[in-house]
Amino acid sequence: MTFRVRFWGTRGSIPVALTAFDIRDKLARALVEASGRTFDTYEEAHAYASTELDFSITHTFGGHTPCVELDLGGPEYYVCDLGSGARPFGVHVLANQSRRPAVVNVFMSHVHWDHIMGFPFFGPAYVPGTTIRVHGCHDVIEQAFRLQQSAPCFPVDFDQLAAKIEFVKLEPDRPNVVGGLTVTPHLQLHSGDSYGFRFEKDGKSVVYSTDSEHKLENRAESESFAAFFRDADMVIFDAMYALAEAISVKADWGHSSNIVGVELCQMARAKHLVLFHHEPANDDATLEGLLKEARRFEELTRGEQALKVSAAYDGLELEP
Amino acid sequence: MALQARRFANALVVDVSGRLDQDNCDAFRADLMVHVEQSAHDGGSVVLDLSGLEYVSSAGLRCFMLAYRQAKAQHGRILVGALQPMVAEIFEISHFNLVFQVFPTVREALAAASSDAAASYDKAAVA
Repeated sequence: MTFRVRFWGTRGSIPVALTAFDIRDKLARALVEASGRTFDTYEEAHAYASTELDFSITHTFGGHTPCVELDLGGPEYYVCDLGSGARPFGVHVLANQSRRPAVVNVFMSHVHWDHIMGFPFFGPAYVPGTTIRVHGCHDVIEQAFRLQQSAPCFPVDFDQLAAKIEFVKLEPDRPNVVGGLTVTPHLQLHSGDSYGFRFEKDGKSVVYSTDSEHKLENRAESESFAAFFRDADMVIFDAMYALAEAISVKADWGHSSNIVGVELCQMARAKHLVLFHHEPANDDATLEGLLKEARRFEELTRGEQALKVSAAYDGLELEP
Repeated sequence: MALQARRFANALVVDVSGRLDQDNCDAFRADLMVHVEQSAHDGGSVVLDLSGLEYVSSAGLRCFMLAYRQAKAQHGRILVGALQPMVAEIFEISHFNLVFQVFPTVREALAAASSDAAASYDKAAVA
């Protein structure tokens, strides 16, 4: 049985990229850390970098906006949102298909720009024979897809795409069978509404819950999300801000924090929290700090069951 | 969680104890706001004595944030002191230490509020 989660885009709001300054900074920090050591081969240096240096020195969380693939190992593709990460995801699909047309099942949390902007650059949409089924709970999904490809914003109109594109309406809080998955959407607090999705297959469950603000004073809301996350093997969670930011200057912006992610997953007895939808203003060191803080908070507040805490980055693959 | 308050010159020390979470945050917030508004009306500061606070959740932290904003809007101040190690760490993890002035002791928080408040506290301690 294959059930693999592949993160193609993990950043919120707008794509970002490392700058020349950022690369030099990482190199300088690595050299300082390695001061006094000698490496006779590339492999020795690589092993040192892989095991002894901080993630934020040797890696980057990446800058593509949300696009998360659920790889079930079958002939069809399943993906949440089509942010700018949909471009490399499309390259992956084309390479994997070797000219055979693909069937791609998309689940749209909502249609804010950072969640649809990759679609005009999604290669399979231009391949005849490809089928793209876009699932979601909003009435405006097709309208949004067409709008962003309308002149004068983009040179290729939606109607010029070669793929067969269908829009499938899902009902919230009802299990839907889509290919090899059971999918249950759940309404979330976000401007214009967003929906989380709980995916279940062969006893494994993954929740994709991004662009979702949680009102801490509302116990019924917390319990509703704890039920949605209940016993999940993995919860991909909007942890855009630190808690102090999320409930002060950025209250009502429609996003949440690493701390609330830990609390809700603990309430739900979920097994693995994956921090997601990273703030574009945060550099790699800041994001690594937020991950460490979430892990420490989990340790401090742990009940009977430990919660694994990770931070998503572009290119990360996880099994629930 | 009943809130006890002690006055030292123009500062009000509010004792917070037990666990502060979603179960009791509404009542706590209502009580705290009374003290914050009274203090702001008197032109003074509120010092939260957290020496008895064993745990605070995100819902509890939100109460502190709302009180902070209320005080600021009324040109008042809230300072916190005497945090237990776990609560101090939660303040850091949640970045609340970047919002609040945090002091190791209530005496130091009062000294930051005003010299009169610290003197009054010292006098009460001797007595």
